[in-house]
Amino acid sequence: MAQKVLMKGNEAIAEAAISCGCRHYFGYPITPQTEIAAYMAKRMPKIGGTFLQAESEIAAINMVIGAASAGVRVMTSSSSPGISLKGEGISYMAGCDLPALIVNVQRGGPGLGGIQPSQSDYFQATRGGGHGDYHLLVLAPASVQEMAALTVRGFDLADKYRIPCMLLADGTMGQMMEPVLLEESTGEKTEKPWALTGTGMKRKHNIINSLSLTPDELERWNLDRYRRYAEIEKNEVAYEEYLCDDADVVTVGFGISARVAKNAVKAARAEGIKAGMFRPITLWPFPKEALLARAATAREFISVELSMGQMIEDVELAIKCTRPVTLCSRVGGMIPSPAEVLAAIRAADARIKGGI
Amino acid sequence: MTKNILIAGFGGQGVLFTGKFLAYAALLEDRQLSWLPSYGPEMRGGTCNCSVIISDEPVGSPIVTEPDILIAMNRPSLDKFEPAVVPGGEIYVDSSLVDRKVERKDVTVHYVPSTALSTERGFDGIANMILLGSVIEHSAVIDKKDIPAAMAKVVSAKHKDLYEFNIKAIELGYEFG
Repeated sequence: MAQKVLMKGNEAIAEAAISCGCRHYFGYPITPQTEIAAYMAKRMPKIGGTFLQAESEIAAINMVIGAASAGVRVMTSSSSPGISLKGEGISYMAGCDLPALIVNVQRGGPGLGGIQPSQSDYFQATRGGGHGDYHLLVLAPASVQEMAALTVRGFDLADKYRIPCMLLADGTMGQMMEPVLLEESTGEKTEKPWALTGTGMKRKHNIINSLSLTPDELERWNLDRYRRYAEIEKNEVAYEEYLCDDADVVTVGFGISARVAKNAVKAARAEGIKAGMFRPITLWPFPKEALLARAATAREFISVELSMGQMIEDVELAIKCTRPVTLCSRVGGMIPSPAEVLAAIRAADARIKGGI
Repeated sequence: MTKNILIAGFGGQGVLFTGKFLAYAALLEDRQLSWLPSYGPEMRGGTCNCSVIISDEPVGSPIVTEPDILIAMNRPSLDKFEPAVVPGGEIYVDSSLVDRKVERKDVTVHYVPSTALSTERGFDGIANMILLGSVIEHSAVIDKKDIPAAMAKVVSAKHKDLYEFNIKAIELGYEFG
């Protein structure tokens, strides 16, 4: 029987990637995600895989493009400033419909920022990050167990929909250790007839390319891609709700913010305040319908984020501004305490009870 | 039961190692836990801390802001975190390095001269484990019977001598504070 082991979130990502068949990793070190590269450097040579520390993040993402084009499971990882550098390559991958896993263990920004946890790359992740009309499928883990599980899920979904998938974590998720059950997970197998594997003189050659100088053709490519996006929005939305059914005040947060919010919600319940927690697991597609349904009973929402207020826009869009949404956040590597979130919940509750 | 533990000291005093040992002991007891290090430049000197939560329920936030147990291995750590300890909580102080008493009256305090003891008794460099011995003795945060197995998880088999050394240091801690 599989046994629980203690692992850092970063290590869990690496092990899970290997378990589901990833044999190619290209990256460049940056705090707070370097353990992923370190783990891959140790393990890949032993299992016939490729670990390559590239000369830069830009080189690494272009190596990912090459490996993904050949149809193999491939990943890269970085932290905020490094992800910006990868932006051009990520847009090209979206344009070429190439599946791969891109991990962002976020740190404070903008610029070089700091090395402490942050969620301020939310816009960058959910809006694509590079140029052109595209999305990444964005998954937000909130435990070491989910770092592993969503890594496998990310590879599967990337292959299934031919889309680059981003695992959006933060410094705490990467650095913390928790017990994790690493089940033998091979993920799902998707055939890749589009891959550049050699024709064997038996078929017409495949082309992987994001360039088309014919507007009606490029339009068709975009429309085809958005049809796949619509399928993803229909099938792959994931979220967790905690004590939401009778809640007047609902906190919305992902990753570490959701865990802090959960403590605050428990404390609020102990005081007799009807509070609940909503945690998006997919950030794109955002769980709009579930949140809108929640707005039928909840009176106020609080967006808990490690940013100056990015996800709050998706919350307001999801509930079509039918309820007030306030922001509870810290930035720069700071994390709100459960007491700070509790204070925001109390304030919302007082407004509701005061009939304001 | 949930125990929020904050271990704080200088980089190099074994702050993260102490936390890791507790985490493995809790894992062996099949309890829920989280271990979160400070991972900034403090790891290379300066103050460093580590949050460990051991619980019977799934752990919420892994960041310990209001510790039930504070292990203060130097003066700056006591100064910084003493006010955060919950009323009725416990503070363990390395009294050879901290030159003041705890001011709070609503907490239980254990003073262990662990750095002096480690030098005296030939346990150089593992004052942390002596202090931890006192924590285990008084707080029952982990079961004493799990100590050998937990130690085997954090000290590799190649270093059999270090294994014995650390266990003896913990046992020395039982007798003090």
